[in-house]
Amino acid sequence: MTTKVLAIDDSRTIRNLLRVSLEGAGFEYHSACDGVEGVEQFSEVEPDVVITDINMPNMDGFGVIETLRTGPNRTTVPIIVLTTESGADLKARARTAGATGWIVKPFDDASLVSVLRRLTGHVV
Amino acid sequence: MSGNSIRDTFFEECEELLEALVEGLSSMEEDAENLDVVNAVFRAVHSIKGGAGAFALNRLVNFAHTFETVMDKVRSQELKVDEPLMRLFHRSGDQLADLVEAARDDREPNGESEAAILAELGTYLGEADKEEEFTFDALGLDFEAGPIDLDLPDDSPSLRRFDIRFKPKPSLYANGHEPLLLFDALAELGALTVKADLAALPEFDAFDPNDAVIEWSLSLETTEDETVLHEIFEFVDSLCDLDISVTEDIPERDNAVEVEEAPLPLASASPGPDAPAPQPAPAIMKAAQRSEPAEKKAAPTAAQEAKGPRPTLRVDLERVDRLINTVGELIINQAMISQRIEELELPAVAHLTNELEAYKLLARDIQEGVMAIRAQPVKPLFQRMSRIVREASEATGKKAKLVTVGDSTEVDKTVIERLADPLTHMVRNAVDHGLEKPALRDEAGKDPIGSIRLSASHRSGSVFIEIADDGAGLNRPRILEKAIEKGLVPPDTELTEPEIDNLLFLPGFSTAGEVSNLSGRGVGMDVVKNAVAALGGRVSITSAPGVGTTFTIVLPLTLAVMDGFVIRVADQTMVIPISSIIETIRPSRGDLHRIGTDGQVIPVRGAYVPIVDVARNLGLSPGEEDASNGVLLLVTTEQQGLAALRVDAIHDQRQVVIKSLESNYGAIAGVSAATILGDGKIALILDPEELVKLQPSAPYFPASTPPRMELRHA
Repeated sequence: MTTKVLAIDDSRTIRNLLRVSLEGAGFEYHSACDGVEGVEQFSEVEPDVVITDINMPNMDGFGVIETLRTGPNRTTVPIIVLTTESGADLKARARTAGATGWIVKPFDDASLVSVLRRLTGHVV
Repeated sequence: MSGNSIRDTFFEECEELLEALVEGLSSMEEDAENLDVVNAVFRAVHSIKGGAGAFALNRLVNFAHTFETVMDKVRSQELKVDEPLMRLFHRSGDQLADLVEAARDDREPNGESEAAILAELGTYLGEADKEEEFTFDALGLDFEAGPIDLDLPDDSPSLRRFDIRFKPKPSLYANGHEPLLLFDALAELGALTVKADLAALPEFDAFDPNDAVIEWSLSLETTEDETVLHEIFEFVDSLCDLDISVTEDIPERDNAVEVEEAPLPLASASPGPDAPAPQPAPAIMKAAQRSEPAEKKAAPTAAQEAKGPRPTLRVDLERVDRLINTVGELIINQAMISQRIEELELPAVAHLTNELEAYKLLARDIQEGVMAIRAQPVKPLFQRMSRIVREASEATGKKAKLVTVGDSTEVDKTVIERLADPLTHMVRNAVDHGLEKPALRDEAGKDPIGSIRLSASHRSGSVFIEIADDGAGLNRPRILEKAIEKGLVPPDTELTEPEIDNLLFLPGFSTAGEVSNLSGRGVGMDVVKNAVAALGGRVSITSAPGVGTTFTIVLPLTLAVMDGFVIRVADQTMVIPISSIIETIRPSRGDLHRIGTDGQVIPVRGAYVPIVDVARNLGLSPGEEDASNGVLLLVTTEQQGLAALRVDAIHDQRQVVIKSLESNYGAIAGVSAATILGDGKIALILDPEELVKLQPSAPYFPASTPPRMELRHA
């Protein structure tokens, strides 16, 4: 069974890059362009791992993490923050909300794929 | 998808983001307190930065980062937006657009202004912000320590052993963490042994999969600092009981020994064979989660990706143009069929004519649909002008604001593209020549901030674009004087006001006393006029002293198809655009009045309208002596007002596909393009405006030499 990734990012460029990297690595790729759509997609797609941006319209990444961790469909799947931010306070906020990891953009394809594989139980 | 096409989407997205940025900035101008707007601006810059980072466009990233940091201060209400800051934001937006463009075209951006703006932005930043300088080399994976440098310098710290007690809380698994992954990261730091403590594991029937019962003791031999270990545990810090202690300094060993003591395989982390529940808790939960969704098939990925605020489809422009061309052929084909059927003179086949009518309507629907694909709102074009206004007012020491009206008006993509230059020039002119200096405006009792109004609208099958300033109006005596000085008109000429205004469009005319480095870029209004004419449109001026000047550009709605009258002129079949015709008149001899030797006029609702003989103006025949033989087409022209075009007959009214004459043959005065008729013959499409002008000053002053068809080969 293929591993499903849901990427939530308002940048089409980033979504495209993720799609290419992740589909190329054999993941089933799904995406959403803002937080609200991301949460919707989450229930629909039921991904094995979520990648989310922080700065997004409608609902930001913190909102996504909080909703996924505490909302009616609370989940324990890994949620990785993929952002250009690297401030300690932001990281702490994401951690408190329930993020599993934090990757600073620009991301390195190979490392991202390897992290995702490990997080989702794939043998590297 | 190739790397290049991703790069292309990035720049496409940048354009959208820059649009949003400009829009946001102009909203901020009205209400800088509106956090939604500030957020939108911030996000636009932020997204550009994020995308640019992916393509290692470091210069762009750097600028966006500084811009964003200042914007963030506004967002967090640390910084209040005043006029200078707003201006700086605008300039930063412009600079960002420049940097994006430079990156796209792979050329060097304007470093001078970039440095200046960066420095200015820097003045709003505290020391702390500067320290947090954006770095791009690190892949900040927090649960994975950076790759280990295998070529450790000789003075590396000594090898130490860390003993780690790690007891996850249930929330650790709830947040999607996987202890194995943490151990993996630790194993990269040095030799690691992992021991699972299963003491707390209950009997199978008392087992709660949501609970966290296993704890681990780890021992790591590494040269790394303790902080590196804490970094690995950063994201699980509050989700577990963690105890790290340094037990001893181990003397340096050589590599051979180290290999021998290679890290234990991670499998050792799982409990021994005698343990009753070999699966760690999170894995069980994950399995339970997975069984259910398997039934629900997810929507195809492509559809998901396309799902956005407004679903759109990106299509290669060439494909659309090919489609438009084919639809054009379809319309010609439909006209041919209609004609053939007519020629058959089948009176009783009413069905056939009904079907044919339906076919015509369908063809027209398809054509309109295809045209709509090419249609785009003028908004981005108008938005670009705000920058021009800003730059022009700064360069001239004037104050100006841009007001746009009707920016959702849709116009053919090509028209928008080719209008950019003329519009830029006209807007620049409006600020440079149109508006007065603030002090002068003040004296005149006007708002010291001049206004440039840019409006677009659809009116009777044409697109109207107006560029209006509320300046002093045209200085007509000065224009006339200048024109005489330049030898463009004879010294003793008496011209009407509109005639004087139109002198501006003459090649080589420039009113500015000295060539300012702003408007005087070698482009005159004649170039503007030609560019607009090439799009099948025209430009006109109205001006009132002290009130301002308005330039109006009238363009056809589409460049590909138009409704026309098929007419006969001196035994030739021609087409004239219906949009230009007000009415058709079949004159009786008594209606016509002779003026001068060969001028004729016809009274239309109390006004005398000059009659223009099309055949004579095109040089096809000496013209018809008796204008009552034939039909008069009443047209209105921008420069000459009403005119009645005399043609031999009107054959038909139909939609024709416009084929450019200039790209196939050359420009002919009085003719705008050509088309293919139903019988397969080529017909010229007339341009009433030019046609009327072909007869200079007639009918009031008889022309000394009959105008000739002017052929210029392309």
